Amino acid sequence: MSTAPREEPPTRTTPGQTVGPFFHYALPYDGDRDLVPPGSAGAVRLGGRVTDGAGEAVRDALVEVWQAGPDGAVPRETGSLRRDGWTFTGFGRTCTGRDGRYWFSTLEPGPDRPGAAAFFALTVFARGLTDRLFTRAYLPDDTAALAADPLLASLPAGRRATLVARRDGRGPVFDIRLQGEGETVFLDLSGRRAP
Amino acid sequence: MDSTPVTASGLEPQSALSARMAAVEEARRATGADPRQPALDYPPYRSTALRHPTKDLHHADPEAVELFAPCFGERDVDPLEADLTLGGAGEPLGERTVVTGRVTDARGRPVRRQLVEVWQANAGGRYVHSGDRHPAPLDPNFTGAGRCLTDDDGYYRFQTVKPGPYPWRNHHNAWRPAHIHFSLFGTEFSQRLVTQMYFPGDQLLALDPILASVTDPRGRAMLVAAYDHGVTTHEWATGYRWDIVLGGAHGTPLEDGEGDRA
Repeated sequence: MSTAPREEPPTRTTPGQTVGPFFHYALPYDGDRDLVPPGSAGAVRLGGRVTDGAGEAVRDALVEVWQAGPDGAVPRETGSLRRDGWTFTGFGRTCTGRDGRYWFSTLEPGPDRPGAAAFFALTVFARGLTDRLFTRAYLPDDTAALAADPLLASLPAGRRATLVARRDGRGPVFDIRLQGEGETVFLDLSGRRAP
Repeated sequence: MDSTPVTASGLEPQSALSARMAAVEEARRATGADPRQPALDYPPYRSTALRHPTKDLHHADPEAVELFAPCFGERDVDPLEADLTLGGAGEPLGERTVVTGRVTDARGRPVRRQLVEVWQANAGGRYVHSGDRHPAPLDPNFTGAGRCLTDDDGYYRFQTVKPGPYPWRNHHNAWRPAHIHFSLFGTEFSQRLVTQMYFPGDQLLALDPILASVTDPRGRAMLVAAYDHGVTTHEWATGYRWDIVLGGAHGTPLEDGEGDRA
């Protein structure tokens, strides 16, 4: 920034509010969960289950994914809302179903630099969540990269595992536990460390 | 010691809920939590009970992908999607209203060409959603969902009808103040915001536990639009102005020395 802002910098940011129960006719769109066509070359299923503090399915959550491509590069292409079937935009959105499950058809991200751990950035919204939650779903394969990851290294061993996907035959599986046993680590990415 | 009056529904009365809202606000002021953002653990909004994380959010330095956000462009959004009064055979019922404002980062820089999505109840307080059982009429000429891209100065603009308030079962005689849901993207992942815009002068604002989950009155004030006669148009629509400030790692606000701890 070489030029001064035209206005005084505001000192507060607009607070979040719950997505509520009635977003289903507005936020989902055709092709929202298919970052690539299911079954196309390299396509995997990223999926899992969202559960609450009683272990029950959260059936009205919205999950978004934002990710690098297989080459580790961050996509800068438009077209997530009107997919052409050929352009990888790195963004997807899906609702959980009655069983709390969500899934995306996507490509696995690559590391953004050699030795880095690759992950999907996820955002979770739901009725009863007063603000969105950020987390990361790391790919499980490169154990050296996972061991060297600054975020994972900053977590106690028991919590670290909540951020690492496992694999089934179709791709990475990442369960999101909002509360309680095995509670997923949710992130503050604001750049300010808590005092 | 529990002297909670009994209500016909068996649910907690507003008076008891309001007292709890005030107590949480007072208690949170003492904890050092950032009161400008909503409390995730907010018992007066009952659905939070089993859904809020119990552990603090964990600090993470953003990695490369998190320093960017999805790109949206002309191909993604039809300009007509910003007019929620279109799409039916006739005009929707209710007060025709324009809502407009500017999206900036915390340093006041416009958020250009980014996606804004909205959804809302109709003028009678009813959503086009199978889960909404409030026996208010559906409007065949109103769906209540819209989208636009911000312009090169960060401005968005929607034409709609003013939504009605509606009841919910959080407590006895619980009514949500009229609101429009907003979903926004910034230029980096952590600026993602889903929130609700309220209308000024609504007597239900002070009674609403969802709004009150933001325990700082100045934070709540940021969620209330201003009536703007300059947006109101002659013989056509009333107008409201609502500006939005996105946070994020790069846009961390300058400290104002008031309400912020060193």
